[in-house]
Amino acid sequence: MKLMEYQGKELFRRVGIPTPSGVYATSASDVGAYITAHPGSWVLKSQVMMGGRGKAGGIKFADDAQQGETLARELIGKVLKSIQNPEGEEVRSLLVEEKVAIASEAYVSIAIDRAAKKPVVLVTAQGGMDVEEVAEREPGAIVKYWIDPAAGYSPFIGRQLAFGAKLPEGYRKTFPALLGALYRAFMEYGANLVEINPLVLTQDGRVIASDAKVELDDSGLFKHPEIAGWNKEQPSDEDQAAAVAIGLGMSNYAKLGGTIGVIANGAGLGMGTMDAIRNAGGEAANFLDIGGGAQADLVKKSYDLVTRDPNVKAMFINIFGGITRGDQVARGIVEALKGGDVREVPLVVRLTGTNAEEGRAILAEAGFVPVETMDEGAAKAVALANEGKN
Amino acid sequence: MAIFVDKNAKVIVQGITGREGAFHTQRMIAYGTKIVGGVTPGKGGTRIESGQPVFDTVKEAVDATGATHTIIFVPPAGGADALWEAHAAGISLAVCITEGIPVHDMLRVVNTTPGMRIVGGNCPGLISPGKALLGIMPSHVFAPGNVGMISRSGTLTYEIVDNLTRAGFGQSTCVGIGGDPIIGTTFVDCLRAFANDPETTALVVAGEIGGSDEEDAAAFIREHIPDKPVVAFIGGRSAPKGKRLGHAGAIISGNAGTPESKVAAFTAAGVPVADRPSQIPELLARRLQPASA
Repeated sequence: MKLMEYQGKELFRRVGIPTPSGVYATSASDVGAYITAHPGSWVLKSQVMMGGRGKAGGIKFADDAQQGETLARELIGKVLKSIQNPEGEEVRSLLVEEKVAIASEAYVSIAIDRAAKKPVVLVTAQGGMDVEEVAEREPGAIVKYWIDPAAGYSPFIGRQLAFGAKLPEGYRKTFPALLGALYRAFMEYGANLVEINPLVLTQDGRVIASDAKVELDDSGLFKHPEIAGWNKEQPSDEDQAAAVAIGLGMSNYAKLGGTIGVIANGAGLGMGTMDAIRNAGGEAANFLDIGGGAQADLVKKSYDLVTRDPNVKAMFINIFGGITRGDQVARGIVEALKGGDVREVPLVVRLTGTNAEEGRAILAEAGFVPVETMDEGAAKAVALANEGKN
Repeated sequence: MAIFVDKNAKVIVQGITGREGAFHTQRMIAYGTKIVGGVTPGKGGTRIESGQPVFDTVKEAVDATGATHTIIFVPPAGGADALWEAHAAGISLAVCITEGIPVHDMLRVVNTTPGMRIVGGNCPGLISPGKALLGIMPSHVFAPGNVGMISRSGTLTYEIVDNLTRAGFGQSTCVGIGGDPIIGTTFVDCLRAFANDPETTALVVAGEIGGSDEEDAAAFIREHIPDKPVVAFIGGRSAPKGKRLGHAGAIISGNAGTPESKVAAFTAAGVPVADRPSQIPELLARRLQPASA
């Protein structure tokens, strides 16, 4: 689960990382009222998930309450578009923050290094820009440290990184403690990524997190039920919502863009089925992993979900029974098509493994001829989809 | 010989009386796996229907049975705890079937359990055909033989193995390493074991998009396994960037984890990459031919 900037900063404050003063606002009048009570120069930052928000016009500066309210009215409800997100994202709220006088901008992040199986810290003195760009242009400017989770964090790590990255002197005193706090947030909330870019050194000598990028591990959210509710305020992922609505796992369905609907059991076979369709000259309309031990009802709901996409011209159901039983799947298919309440498309079924014989018999009785192999099924589905187009 | 598990390994089941645990315990026993008991806290002193004793703790189970292997079927919130308990009791190999263990739990576990091999989590386990099943695979697809197989997926493994078996290539051991971002045993760990197993004369590596495990495997093969033919497969080559497809680890972010990078790495290591599972036996046969000629 990705957090919005204001949510990430809330986590930062909980562990003691300084953030700019300000307020989170969902209406223009709130912005006006806040600036009236706190006169000065303020930054209005659109709260969106997409990258490239500044270039898209999502950040504005206000010197008084009236200007703040006018700009807020323009921003809230506006759809921001960027190269990263051409479809755009609607601004629903703003973060109003003090405009700080910047002396220097650094970058710090902690992520999970899958290969090393350890958290890795990245630090560079070149903050405020895309870290991938820095890595490409001047790889030596980024210093790394792999923290041993058994030993945990110790301030020498922060010192070593600060000196290694040649952070300006103003950072040195506070950086080790700040990185310790960031590591605490990373571990405590089960993050895949915590990133501060830029970590600002102000002209009056403060070190503050001017932005916050936090991505939490969905599997760990149960440990923080109060945070699990935060994503209600985010733009919801339609695929995830659709999957959960019919009882699938959150990441078991993804809409893609081709014309052939896919239902498979297992993530690997699902991906393999997509690939087989491409090899046969077609494109999958979706990825759908029906999971292990799927019952007839779930097969029916999955069929319905996939065919709701009007681009779907044919369907390929590919089941290799392990825990999943072929007869259950077959019953689900017959059930799904019997009622007439789903959009029917030409169907290819490949059933093998546990109880495949029984499953094939059920399908044959209902007038379907299952295919033997994945390649054969993919080729047939592509042919049927092409016929449907003409 | 096989790797990681053979017919003499003494195995306990953590979560033996749960729905999944009970079901797969019977399947493993039927296959010939030496299941010597199991653990369910609060049910110590009882026996399951087929006669194996149930203990309250892993320590009691190990002390009483001399078990060296465990297979774990517990809910995700208890996954890390189960692995630590197995480690504390002196277990040497733990297969963790549980899906959905928090990434940070696994991060801590793999860094604090020296001396214990962990396979998984979120994996189908392992099988040494004809000897022992320590997992949830449909065993009828497998056949004894000399091909070592490593995979990140469950059902895709069955698909590939089915093709191998039909083509007459039996398997020494098949390891499903699991689809999560942090797993106990990587491709390289398996390759190292297979490299030293005289019974394994050829290898199939079935990877998927995401992470860099396949690239590491390719580098290892190039350096350390010059004498055993290897064929690779990459699942998800048609997947778009940024979409998470079922496996938590199967996501392409930026340019890391792309299928192109993985195919290039294998190709550079002299490992042919099959376009489809049905092609694997043919590629394998072609690689084995010069050696036998």
